[in-house]
Amino acid sequence: MTRGRGVALLALRLLARDWRAGDLGTLSLALLLAVASLTTVGFFTERVRLGMAQEATRFLGADLVVVADHPLPVAYEEEALRLGLHVARSLRFPSMAVAGEHAVLSEIKAVGPGYPLRGQLLVEGGEGVPAPGAALVDAQGFSRLALAVGGQVRLGEAALRVQARLTEDPEASGGFFALGPHIVIGLADVPATGLLQEGARVTHRLGVAGTPADVARFQVFARTRLGRGEHLQDLSDARPELRAALDRAEHFLSLAALLGVLLCAAAVALAARHYVSRHLDNCAVMRALGATQSLVLGLHASQVLVLGALASAGGSILGLAGAQVLARLLAPLAGSALPAAGLGAALPGMGAGMLLLLGFVLPPLHALGRVPALRVLRRDLPAPGARTGLGYLPGALVVMLLLAATARDLRLGLYVVGGAAAVALACLLVTGALLLILARVESHLGFAWRFGLANLRRRALGTFAQVLALCVGLLALSLLSVVRTDLLASWQASLGTQAPNHFLANVQPSQLEGVKALLSRQGVAVPTFFPMVRGRLLARNGVTLDSANLADERARRLLDREFNLSTASLPQPDNRITAGRWWQDAAGPPQFSVEEGLAHTLGIGLGDRLAFRVSGQLIEGEVRSLRKVQWDSFQVNFFVVASPGTLDGLPRSLVASFHLTPGQLPAAEELGRRFPGLLVIDVRALVTQAERLLVLGAEAVEVISLFALAAGLTVLVAGLSLTHDERARESAILRTLGASRRQVAFAQGAEFALLGALAGLVAGLGASAIGAVLALRVFDIPFRLDLLLCLGVPLASSAGVVFVGLLGTRRARGGGPVRVLRQLA
Amino acid sequence: MQPILQAVGLGKQVQAAAERFFILQDVSFSVQPGEALAVLGASGSGKTTLLGLLAGLDVPSAGGVAIDGVDLGSLDEDGRAALRRLRLGFVFQSFQLLPALNALENVMLPLELAGRPGAREQARALLERAGLGPRLTHYPRQLSGGEQQRVALARAFTGPPRLLMADEPTGNLDSTTGEGIIELLFELNREQGTTLVLVTHDAALAGRCRRRLVLAAGHLVSDGV
Repeated sequence: MTRGRGVALLALRLLARDWRAGDLGTLSLALLLAVASLTTVGFFTERVRLGMAQEATRFLGADLVVVADHPLPVAYEEEALRLGLHVARSLRFPSMAVAGEHAVLSEIKAVGPGYPLRGQLLVEGGEGVPAPGAALVDAQGFSRLALAVGGQVRLGEAALRVQARLTEDPEASGGFFALGPHIVIGLADVPATGLLQEGARVTHRLGVAGTPADVARFQVFARTRLGRGEHLQDLSDARPELRAALDRAEHFLSLAALLGVLLCAAAVALAARHYVSRHLDNCAVMRALGATQSLVLGLHASQVLVLGALASAGGSILGLAGAQVLARLLAPLAGSALPAAGLGAALPGMGAGMLLLLGFVLPPLHALGRVPALRVLRRDLPAPGARTGLGYLPGALVVMLLLAATARDLRLGLYVVGGAAAVALACLLVTGALLLILARVESHLGFAWRFGLANLRRRALGTFAQVLALCVGLLALSLLSVVRTDLLASWQASLGTQAPNHFLANVQPSQLEGVKALLSRQGVAVPTFFPMVRGRLLARNGVTLDSANLADERARRLLDREFNLSTASLPQPDNRITAGRWWQDAAGPPQFSVEEGLAHTLGIGLGDRLAFRVSGQLIEGEVRSLRKVQWDSFQVNFFVVASPGTLDGLPRSLVASFHLTPGQLPAAEELGRRFPGLLVIDVRALVTQAERLLVLGAEAVEVISLFALAAGLTVLVAGLSLTHDERARESAILRTLGASRRQVAFAQGAEFALLGALAGLVAGLGASAIGAVLALRVFDIPFRLDLLLCLGVPLASSAGVVFVGLLGTRRARGGGPVRVLRQLA
Repeated sequence: MQPILQAVGLGKQVQAAAERFFILQDVSFSVQPGEALAVLGASGSGKTTLLGLLAGLDVPSAGGVAIDGVDLGSLDEDGRAALRRLRLGFVFQSFQLLPALNALENVMLPLELAGRPGAREQARALLERAGLGPRLTHYPRQLSGGEQQRVALARAFTGPPRLLMADEPTGNLDSTTGEGIIELLFELNREQGTTLVLVTHDAALAGRCRRRLVLAAGHLVSDGV
């Protein structure tokens, strides 16, 4: 048998013996919980993220769409089928729809079998697809063409039966300023209309859907094949409102996952410390019995690695099972079953668990290998490295690494890491200051307080470690509570029950008073009307922009289309200036404020001079500010806003958004009838969708919080177990000297109470501060200081630490002092 | 004959507050194989310090120690550990059993650390010899003080060692139990032909050894029979 194999076998035997003796409980529990929690959170977050992305792609009717202004080459469909993707073809074209004496320019969509691949076509009374020779018509069509179900509508040469009133089309909200009524027919009926003549404005679409990996493969294939007049549409083309909601929900999930990592790290760090402190004497005995440093180190490192692997495997199984259960529970909220994720999803959790182990356990193990053998004779000799914080450096680096990997948004990650580091520092300073103060006041206190507080001071190093770990754990839990309650509520409030659900576009200045009067009559609050012109971006800094020169597909499409431009003297309340300044001098030369996402895509910076062509005129001005727009407020917003006066004299229309209750819906139909050319766009489905994302994100955060709570409890138990033996010994000595159980409990309770209150106070204040920064800087929502958090966390923490602490030491207080002393000898 | 243990000008200096002072100074003696030596002295006389230096658990500030002719000063920490593994056995006042291991496993440990085969059988035989046959699977917390020290004795004699060092082996035991342990210690010592170095402040126990060293304030004040 080789020496290495012998060591490995001995390590396994010792591990089994330690396990049987119950010495590995805290470390295995911390690791198991860390891996289970990271796996569940990671796996579940990924599934919710996929689910949310799928929700958002409902507005494409597919995961990815190939769009062309000519019939699509068959190669796309063949490749999609070869990859096992579902496919659905559709056509879109404008056409006059005629019913009796009414004729209205309408948006026709012809759909093939399987359409839509994501979301569904809803008609009054349920789901519906157009039958052969029939058409689904939306409310506007019914109103403007005076249709009835069973009636007839003519498209070109074909007469189609009106099958049902279309209430929801996943794609209908995809392009806001669409033309008139929306009619859906079967692809097979298109030839009969005779509308697809040479030169007709037809959009050919091929939607595909499947697993993210297959869709990604198809995307790679399609990108290389895109010809002239062809492009791809994916989630990045979703409405900005939805993308904003999705981003925000993802931020919440990401934050919850980050805090989970922080908690698990604290639990593992404490458990590792506990493990090492319990093995110090064993190692000294081994060294005295002739074990070399490398043998002691090898034995313990192998034990810890095997334990880590076992706990990680167990944690992964637990985590995957947990994620499956959660996904099922949340399926009704997601609108459909959350997409499956493979077993590979367990790997990051396992990897993270092992990394935490390596970071927090192996460095102190190294010190364990160097325990002086003389400790067998003199137990008070310290372990090498035990008095420095350097041992935690690798662990801290691992945590940073995990946080960076977990945070989808660098800024979010930095705020959390920076915030946690600042809170940790504050915690150490406050603890140090308190210990100094205690030294001055404790002589004036009664026995129990004096003894308890003196212990805090005497075990200063342990006190620092315990307060710090508890503080980090409590910070994570408090922040989760801030996320769950305050931040989510603020978002919900910003979306509100009165969020606009209809847009009014193409209102001519001459129609404005009439429109306002009609809305008032119907009891609808008259909204603000914004001027709007459409213009094409021609040049930046005097250089003509040519979409053909741009590599980015989205940038190319943005450049090819017209922008909606508006003017404003003040920024809208849901806009935040992120760079530059809003104009002070409205009378000066033309100036622009550009939405930051658009600026980023097109490479526009502050000070750039942009030239737009609007109705044949050239408008040129300087970019004075970049704005972050809260798109999911559903207010009217513009990518480019010009200073007042810039658009004077140009033909312009007005646009507004407003909320209609179900009872006020006839107002929308009347507006369409009374004012020809005016567009009423119903975005209720979009609002519902954003709300669904919000609820899904909130529920997911809620579930993650439960795991975090379990990890938090482990932190608490592991933290207190660090000094358990010492407390038990003190308790036995006090009992021997005649102290009553009550007196001992009181003394220990005083120590626990102060420990908990201190950690809770710093954590509560820290969570409030980080919460405020996140609200204002990341989530763009107002923040309200929660005094309950600042006061409640210290109180709850104090009570929790007293409860768990006294529970953990109750046997030491209750049992005979001799037994306790003998056990700890 | 070459002494099994030799100390020459042994001294240990420590720092306390701003001062450095010797807790052991200029101690020299040698021990022949098979000899039984007691080191006597009051608390704080430097007995335990001397034992630590003799066993290579600590390094001297002055002088040196040789075991079986091997100068401990020429070995690094791992070299000294290897020497302990091959030639030394220990008995401590506070037993120093590993709480997570049962009696049998505690005795097996030195053999396992040395990678020696037949650890279980040898440990079982020693424990039975120590009268603990029915307590093999008991953990330290389930054993009385006397029983724990018997386990420690059994562990010390695995190998068997050429040199056994005992630090106040009866210090934590009542006199009756202590006597039993001493009997066992000397019986095993005889059977195995081990050299014994015993640190104690108990004159009766020291009386069982043929040779006695007396320490006072860190100095060797007597070396005789």
